[in-house]
Amino acid sequence: MAETTTAAAVTANGPAGDPGGDRPSSRIAGGRRIAFARMRDLALIPAIIVIAIVGQLVSPVFLQPDNLINVLQTMSEIAVLVLAQTLVLIVKKMDLSLESTVGLAPGVAAWLTVPVGAGHGLGLLPGGWSVPVTLAVGVLIGVVNALFIIRFGLNGFIVTLGMLIVLRGILTGISGGQTFFQLPESMLYLGTTQWFGVPASVWLCLILFAAGIVVLGFTSFGRSLYAIGGNVDASKAAGIRTDRVLWIVIVTASLLAALSGLLLSGRLASVASAQGNGYIFTVFAAAVIGGISLNGGKGTMFGAFTGILLLFMIQNVLTLGGVPAQWIGALNGTIILIALALSRVTGGKAQE
Amino acid sequence: MATAPPVVEATGITKRFGSTVALREAGIRIDAGQTHALVGRNGAGKSTLVSILTGLQAPDEGTVSFGGEPAPRLADRDAWRRRVACVYQKSTIIPELTVAENLFLNRHDRGRSGLINWKTVRGRARELLDTWSVDVDVRTPARELDVEQRQFVEIARALSFGARFIILDEPTAQLDGAAINRLFARINDLQRQGVTFLFISHHLQEIYEICDTVTVFRDARHILTAAVDELPRAELVAAMTGDAAGEAVGERRDPSASAVDVLKVDSASLPGAYDDVSFRIRAGEIVGLAGAASSGRIEIAETVVGLRKAAGGTVEIAGNRPRPGSVPAALKAGAGFVPQDRHHQGLVPEMSIADNGTLTIPERLGPTGFIDGRRRDGFARSMIGKLAIKTPGPELPVSGLSGGNQQKVVMARALANDPKLLVLINPTAGVDVRSKEFLLGKVGEIAESGTGVLVASDELDDLRMCDRVLVVFQGRVVAEMAHGWHDHDLVAAMEGVDLDG
Repeated sequence: MAETTTAAAVTANGPAGDPGGDRPSSRIAGGRRIAFARMRDLALIPAIIVIAIVGQLVSPVFLQPDNLINVLQTMSEIAVLVLAQTLVLIVKKMDLSLESTVGLAPGVAAWLTVPVGAGHGLGLLPGGWSVPVTLAVGVLIGVVNALFIIRFGLNGFIVTLGMLIVLRGILTGISGGQTFFQLPESMLYLGTTQWFGVPASVWLCLILFAAGIVVLGFTSFGRSLYAIGGNVDASKAAGIRTDRVLWIVIVTASLLAALSGLLLSGRLASVASAQGNGYIFTVFAAAVIGGISLNGGKGTMFGAFTGILLLFMIQNVLTLGGVPAQWIGALNGTIILIALALSRVTGGKAQE
Repeated sequence: MATAPPVVEATGITKRFGSTVALREAGIRIDAGQTHALVGRNGAGKSTLVSILTGLQAPDEGTVSFGGEPAPRLADRDAWRRRVACVYQKSTIIPELTVAENLFLNRHDRGRSGLINWKTVRGRARELLDTWSVDVDVRTPARELDVEQRQFVEIARALSFGARFIILDEPTAQLDGAAINRLFARINDLQRQGVTFLFISHHLQEIYEICDTVTVFRDARHILTAAVDELPRAELVAAMTGDAAGEAVGERRDPSASAVDVLKVDSASLPGAYDDVSFRIRAGEIVGLAGAASSGRIEIAETVVGLRKAAGGTVEIAGNRPRPGSVPAALKAGAGFVPQDRHHQGLVPEMSIADNGTLTIPERLGPTGFIDGRRRDGFARSMIGKLAIKTPGPELPVSGLSGGNQQKVVMARALANDPKLLVLINPTAGVDVRSKEFLLGKVGEIAESGTGVLVASDELDDLRMCDRVLVVFQGRVVAEMAHGWHDHDLVAAMEGVDLDG
C-alpha cells in the first residue's frame, strides 16, 4: 500500500493539533446515532416477534413448523421480487416491469414448449428448454430496460411502466388470454420439489437473500450500488464505472423476476395470463417498510427481507383468525400504511 | 542544485464555451511547498482553471504539467488523483455511507475470501485520519459531518491518494471564525510537511494571512502573479477591479428626507447568517446591500421578503409587521421581490410568460379562485410592453426566452402587485449588457415613483445607482457608503480589507 507508507513517513506531526477536540458532544451524538442506524436495520424484529405472539394466541397452529414453512413458501416468489427491486432502488432507479416479467418469462417458455392442442401452446421446443428460455426472456427484458434507461437516459419509472403494459399485453397475446397447463417437468421442478423436507423455493429464496446480504455488505460491487444511489458524481469521481454497475443491476433484477415467475408457475403448475398482476405494489410496500429508501443509497437486504416477512406473517395471522378473504385486501392496505407510519417514526426522517 | 520544477504549471491556456471565452492565454505556476492564492471577481475564469488543473476539462489550447511532466490523459482518473485534488464548496462525499467507507470507496480492503474486511477498512481509515490529525469517528455517517469536518476528511482522502497538491475552493465560505483558524493551522501544518496548496478565496484578508504568492485573474486573463508581502492591498484590489474608476451613472435626485420609511429592520439576527442588522429604507430610496458571496447579504434580503425567518429582531414593511417567515404576508404588506436565482426560485420554466408574471396576484385575475385568461393575458401584455420583453406573445413558455428577458419576467412579477418595497437579489446575474442597463434603468424609474428599493448584490454595476450602500461582512453591516463611492473602496470593504492597514 503505497499511500500508507507515504502517510506513515510524515507522521512527524503526530497527534499534536486536535482541532475537533473541543467538540466532544458532536462525537458522542454521532456514536449514539450509529447505534440507532444499526437498530434501524433490526427495526422490524420487535414487530415480527409481536406478530408471532399474537398469531400464536389467535391460533395454536401459527408457530407449527408446517405453518411457518407455508408462510415462507407463499412469500418466496414475491420475496425474490423484493430482492430484485431492492437492488434497483438502492441505485436510485425503479423497475415496475418486474411484475409482468413474472408472468411473461415463464409464459413464453410455456408457449414454446407446451404441445399443440393444449391451449395456445406451439410445441416448438422440447420441454428441457423451458427453464433456459424463461431465464433468457428475463435477461432480454432487463437488457431492453437498461437500454432505454441508461443508454438513452430515459426516466426509469416511465420506461418500466411502459414495459409493464407491453409485457402484460404480449403475454395476453400469446396465451389468447387463457392459462397454459401441462407444463414440462423441468418447469415444475423448483416450485414443487422438497430439499431436506423444505420446499426448494424456500431454500432458494433464503440462499438468494443470504447472497444479497453478503454482496451488498461485503463486496466492492455491492458498496458501489450504495455509492451510486447516494451520489452519482462522487461515485464516478471515485473511479466506479457507474453505467456498468447500473446495467448489471437492471439486468439482474429482470433475471430474478423471471426466476420468481418460474417458482410461481412451478408451484401452481400453470401460467395464467394475469400471473404476477398487482405484485409490484406489495413489493414496493415491503421494500419501503423494510427501510429501503425510494431516494436511493439507503437500506439493507436484511431489512427488505424482514419487510416482506412481516407482511406475509400478518396476512397469515388474519387468515388463521378467520378474517373473510374478501376483507384481506383492505386490511393489507391498512397494514402497509400503518407499517409505513411506524417506520417513519423509527426512521425519524420524512420519506420521499 | 537546479531549482526543482514547479508542482504544477499551466501555460497559454485558452478555453471557450460556445461564444464565451472562459480563459484567454492564461497561465499559472505553483512551486512546491507554496500556498498560492488565486483571486478574481466572479467570472474571472477561476473555476474554469480549477477544472482544467484537476483534469475535469481539457483546455482548447495550452498545456498543463505536473512536476515538469506533461499532464496525464483526461480518462486516466487515477493518475490525476495521484497528482492533484480539489476540495470543492460542494461536497463530493456520499452522505449515506460512513466516513471510513467514503475514504476507501472502490478500494476497500478485502480479506482472503475476497469479501470486504470492514475491520481493516475502519482501521486504515482511522490510521489515515490520525496521521493527518483529523478527529472524526470513522463510523459516523458522512451526512452528520459539519462543513469543517467534511473538508478535513476530503483533504485526508486526497492525501491518501498520494496527491501533494491540493486546491481549496473557497474553503472558508461556510466556516465560522474559530473553524477558519483551525483550518489555517491545518494548512500551515501540511505545508510544512510538503503539501502545496492553491487557495481560492473572496476574502483578501485571508490571503494576506496564509498565502505566499497570489495570482490575479480578471476577465478570463491572467493579470499578475506576485509575492503576497510585496503587493500592497490597494494594488491587489486594483488588479482585481481593473482601472476603470467608479463613474457615477446619472445623478439621482435625493429622496426627500421626510419620506416615510417603507422598510424598517431592527436588530435582526439569524445564527450562522447575520447578526444584529438594523437599517431603514425610505420611500423612493434605493439602498444597496453589498457583500461577498457568503457574507449574509442574501439571507438578510430573503428575511425581509419572508423566505427566511429571523431568530431575533423585527422587520416592518410600510408600517406593517408581516408574520416572519411568510412570503404571502410579506407580499401582502407591500413587498415585491426578485429572488436570488431565477432558475430555482424565480420562474416555472415550462409555464407561459403570462402565468409566470401573474403567479403572485391570482386574486386580481378573476373571482374566487378562477383565473380569467383574458384578464391574465391583458396584465401580461402590459408587462411585456412596460419591460420591453422580446417575445411573440404572452403565451410563450419562459424557457424559450433569453436570460435577460427571463429576468425581465421575474422583474415584471415583482412589480405586478405595485409594491411599496422592491427587494432585488442579484438582479442582473447572467443577463446581457443591454438587458442589464434596461433593468437597472427600470429600477431607477420605479424608485422615482415612490417605491423603496433594496438591492442585495455583489455586482458593482447594480450598486452604482444606489443612494447608499450598506456593506455586509461576515454577517454584520460594517460600512455605509454614500452615492458616488469608488470601486476600490467598496470592493475592499466587501472583502474585509482595510486599505489603510
